[in-house]
Order: sequence, then structure tokens, then C-alpha cells
Amino acid sequence: MDIITRRDWFSTCLAMAAWPELSSGQPPRFETLDSATAVEIEAITAQIIPSTGGPGAREAGVIYFIDRALSTFAADDRETYRTGMAELQKRRKAMFHDSTTIASLSDQRQMLLIRAIEKSDFFELLRTHTVMGFLGNPSYGGNRDKVGWKQIGFEDQMTYQHPFGYYDIPGNEK
Amino acid sequence: MSGTTFPTTDPVDFLVLGAGAAGGVVAKELATAGFSVVVLEQGPYLREKDYSHDEIKYAVQPGLTNDPKVQPIMYRRSEAEKARPIKAIEYGRQVGGGSVHFTANYWRFHESDFHERSLFGEVSGASLADWPVSYADLEPYYTKAEYDLGISGLAGANPFEGPRSKPYPLPPMPVKSSGVLFERAAKKLGLHPFPAPVAILSQPYQGRAACVNCGFCESFGCEVRAKSSTLVSVIPTAEKTGRCEIRPNSYVRKIEIDDAGRVTGAVYFDRNRRETFQRAKAVFVCANGAETPKLLLLSKSKRFPAGLANSSGLVGRYLMWDNGGSAQGLFDHPLNEYKGIQVTRLIHDHYEADPKRGFYGGGAIDARFDYYPISFALSGLAPDAPRWGREYKEMFTTYFSRTMTLLAHTSSLAQWKNTVTLDPETKDAWGLPALRITFDHHADDIAAMKWVMSKQIELLQAAGAQKVWSQSLELADSMPSRHLMGTCRMGNDPKTSVVNAHSRTHDVPNLFLVDGSNFVTAARQQPTATIQALAYRAADYAIGAAKRGELI
Repeated sequence: MDIITRRDWFSTCLAMAAWPELSSGQPPRFETLDSATAVEIEAITAQIIPSTGGPGAREAGVIYFIDRALSTFAADDRETYRTGMAELQKRRKAMFHDSTTIASLSDQRQMLLIRAIEKSDFFELLRTHTVMGFLGNPSYGGNRDKVGWKQIGFEDQMTYQHPFGYYDIPGNEK
Repeated sequence: MSGTTFPTTDPVDFLVLGAGAAGGVVAKELATAGFSVVVLEQGPYLREKDYSHDEIKYAVQPGLTNDPKVQPIMYRRSEAEKARPIKAIEYGRQVGGGSVHFTANYWRFHESDFHERSLFGEVSGASLADWPVSYADLEPYYTKAEYDLGISGLAGANPFEGPRSKPYPLPPMPVKSSGVLFERAAKKLGLHPFPAPVAILSQPYQGRAACVNCGFCESFGCEVRAKSSTLVSVIPTAEKTGRCEIRPNSYVRKIEIDDAGRVTGAVYFDRNRRETFQRAKAVFVCANGAETPKLLLLSKSKRFPAGLANSSGLVGRYLMWDNGGSAQGLFDHPLNEYKGIQVTRLIHDHYEADPKRGFYGGGAIDARFDYYPISFALSGLAPDAPRWGREYKEMFTTYFSRTMTLLAHTSSLAQWKNTVTLDPETKDAWGLPALRITFDHHADDIAAMKWVMSKQIELLQAAGAQKVWSQSLELADSMPSRHLMGTCRMGNDPKTSVVNAHSRTHDVPNLFLVDGSNFVTAARQQPTATIQALAYRAADYAIGAAKRGELI
């Protein structure tokens, strides 16, 4: 049951492809992405999980999670990111002629752009990775200071004592 | 790891292929009875120190299950389609097998499960048949399994269960909020909720400590050895005899047979992918309902050109699926369902098939959460809920602690056309043909899932949920089946079954198959207790035959 989105079961066989040469001057903190691409991807992750009502994808460091994922367990997804981002930039130019980057678009324009691709496999992959970076183990580079876990109410302990919730407290059965 | 090692050139008494739920039991029974045993296991030998609460490693990635990158699974709905690479089936791939990462639900089948054909009659398009064994035949072995492995539960609490000779060795686990709410709702509707029987220790047992309620059972290995997998229960007992070697990272490609029609051992790839032949006097295949038929189909010979022990042509046929639907309810106060084992209460009120419904089948419903943080945010919300943005974030952050799941476990009919075969094109990383699954649901199975789903919704409403939603039904091409049943059917007639009532193949006297492949019907899922009862029974029979000089 459950565990990961249904679509993800279909995306197991993407071909491994070489990531094109990265531009020079890449900051050492990214292992896979060039910093310009990282800024663009981060802007989308911040729309998927915004910083409303508490830290969002940006504060959780989701982009660092994605960067590391693309050089480790999600290396097969590099090509999807490359082509997905290239198409997204084309679409941005087509939708907003005066724009230069996704990150510099207004909130409203970023949301319009995402709405245009929200049914695509690339967006589903990005959404999956954003959630993984927000709610996965911090050792993967995201979920910094466990901000994702704190917001959903997940305590991250090795042991728990009964009662666990409200309804199993004796007397609360009604 | 095992201290005992056997040379490959001298025949051991028994070779066991697969160290999972069944193989672990068989190895322990044979070794403690005085026989020499080698167990070949595809996967690694991991220990509790190797496990963690890492959702990305164990739930998103195949940390403890078959990895389609090295062992592709091909799937098609029917013979008319070309198979596509989809991880349609999932199984535990390490010493302990699926018993390491399962949710640990441990239900006995009902008395009716063993003769549903007689009770219900024929079902068009399906091969519904009676088992050659009854509940009474298996009862002593269910009891043996419960005591040998360490099962927690409350005897007599399930009014639909057959008679039992002994209570559970351990009391039930503490009830969670989902269990309290579910019990209240079920009673309100006149149903019969009972504490979930689970292969998890509620108290210290046989040198192992009790569960610490960490909550990471489903898909995870237990870090405190409280989940009663074969890895921490019977396999150490087998190894302590000094007569059992567990040989991990050993992937079998063929069982060999001699001119007299007896198996002589198995050829396998060792950890360095070198081919090795282990000789044996008798062989038990316990590789699961997909890998067991695959191995038999790979083991072609002059005597068995269609695959070993396949004179019936039924090896790989009648694959049954892990059916059931998932419904969620949101409550006012925190449930914190991520704490504690997954399931603490369930009902079997809708279990029995009833011709008056107009379809075959039924189901059981359990209360749980069924999600971890990532999986909840990705797939736990309603299908029409927002998938990104402010409202999405608000939903998954505020719902996580206040949501519970009612999960159904429903019938799956055996059909001739649903098979495990060898893919003619795709190969795995060892150069062996990939598994090919051909599967489509019987209309009655879908009808049963829908009918039980209506009961799940009714129960959540009766429990006082402020909001109820359900996931679309888990049909075959969208989720992997983890309950691999029915591909080497058990029966009395060699023309219509592969193994006899003691899991011995009709065709080869010193070859046994015991795992989910033996199943004639799928009951209402949760096959592990019955797989292990069959394993104890088959081992018992083999020990008797060997001691009488009939086998080895």
C-alpha cells in the first residue's frame, strides 16, 4: 500500500543520461546543479511548499536535497530535469515575454507557469522530490532542523509510550 | 552469520531455496530434527543494526525489496498486450524475506476458506476450488507458528475464527486512537471489532525485547527485534543446531534433475556472480509465489521440457492479487497514528462470501494510518485535493496527526489467464529472463472491493470523522502486489495441481514447494500465517518421510 505516488511506480525505467557540462564558477555547495539552475528550481519548490504559516521548501533546504539526490539515488532523473527545465524556460518566455528567469517572476506569474505544467511527469517528479526534501530524513540534505517534521507534528523519537493520541487516553473513548 | 558451512560437492540432506517466511521455518524444523540444511537466499544477510527509520531508503526506494533496476518486472494486463516494465510485484529480498518488512498482520484463515468452492459454487471465468487440506488439518501448525515465532493477540475475540487449541502466547498490543475510534464505530453498527493478531512482541519473549512503539513496521526492518520475522526467531534457532548454513547473496538459476527423475541440487550465482552447484538429497523451494514458478520454468530438462514439476502445465498459473481499498477520515483531535504498530483493531464481519450479494467475495477491514510523512503528503490526501501551493501545505501539515485509514483486504479469484511467466526479451542483471506478470482482475473482485469500500466509508462516518475520503481502488497496474499467491496450486489431482496436500510436487518425489504459491484461494489477504502453517506441516511430513527412508 501507499508509500509513494502511483505515478512514481511508472517512472522506474528512465534512461541514465549524462548531465551536460556545468558552467564554471559553480559554488562548491552544489554537487550536481549549476547555481543558476538551482535558483530556478528552488523558486518552483517554494511554490509547491510555500513559506506560508511556517518554513517552506526554501527554508527546509529542499534544493540541496534535490542537488544531492540527482547525484545519488535519483541520478536516473537528471535527464528529466534537464529537458523539463529547458521546456519550462521556453514556456516562461512564451507566457511572459519580458521575463528573464523563473525566480524573478512575481508570485502570481510563477503560479500561472506551474499551473500550465502541473499535469506533466516532470512536475510530478519535482513535486515528489520537493516533498521528499521537506519531509525526508535530514541526512539527505533537506528538512533542515526538522522543520518539515515539526510542522506536521511528527516527533521523530525511537520510542513512544501509550497513550499516543487524544482518543486512546483512558476516559476519552466517549 | 552462520558458523556452519557445508562443501558444495557433498550432498546435504536438504537444500532450501529462499530464507523467507516459509524457508526460515522449514530450515529450522529440518535442522532441529537432525538433518543437514543449506539455505540459499538471493538477498543479503542484514541485521537490526542495518535498519533505520529512513523513509527514503526503505519506502521510496526498494531498501528491503526486489529492485527492478537489477531484476526488471514486466507487466501486461492480458496476453494480447506487450509487457511493459512496471514493478507489479514486490517481495522481501534478504534473509527473513517478506517477514522482515511486512506490517506483521497475522490472521488465521477461516474454516470456510479451505472449501469455498463447495460452499459458494462455481464462479464464471474463475477456477475457484477447495483446498486439499482443512482448517482442522492446519490448526496445530497455526498454533505451532504462533508459539515458535511470537504472536500477540486475544484468543476468542474474533467470533468468526475457527476453533483454536491454544490462546496466543502474548497479549494484544496497546490500542491506538484509530483502534478506539474504529471499535466505537463498529460496535455502533452492530459489528465485532477485535484486537489485531500481529507478529510483534507485546512483551519480552524467548530472549527478545518487547516492541517500543516506534511505528516503523510496514516496509521497515525492526531495529529492536520485536517484529517476529524468521530472521530473529526461527533462523537463529536453525543456525544454533550447527547443521544449518544460511548462504546469502546466492541467486538460484536452475534446479537439476537426474535420469531417475529426482532433483540433485541447484545451480546458483554466488555473491561474485560465479556459478556454483550445491548438491542435495532433497530440495524445498520457498522463493515466494513469483520466484518459485520462475525457477521451475527456468529449470527445463528432457523429462520436463515445460519446466520442472510442470506436467500439469499449471506452474505459474492462477496468480492472485493483493486486493483492497483505502479510505481516510479526519478527526477533531490528534490521533498521532505514526506512533505504535500499524494496526490494533479490525473486523471480519464482511469476510464470508454470500451468493445473495450477486458476486463472489468479501473482505476484512482494519484501522491504521498506512502512511509515513512523505507518503502522506504525496498520496494520503483526497484525490481531488490541491497538489501544491498554500492550501496543499496547510492540508498535509494539519491533517497528518489527525487522519486515520481504514484499509480493506479483499478476495482475489484464481483465473487461468493470470500468470507468472518468463519474459521472452528482457533479462535481469544476471542474464536470466525477467519475470513477466500477466494479470487482470475478475469483475467479482472489483465488485467486492467496491462493496467493502462502502462499508469503510460508513464506518468512518460512524466514528465521527469530520471529513472522509477514499483513494481510487488499487488496480493491478498502479500498485505492486505484495501477497504472491496461487502459482503452484495445491491439490490431490496431479492433472489440476502442482503440489499435494503436503506441498510435495506430484511429479518429483524429493522436491517440495512451500510458500504463497501453494494457495488455492487468496482468502481475504494476510497470507503469512497460512504460508508458515503450511511450511511447518510440509516440514513435518518431510521429516517423517526422510526418517522412514523414503526421501533421502
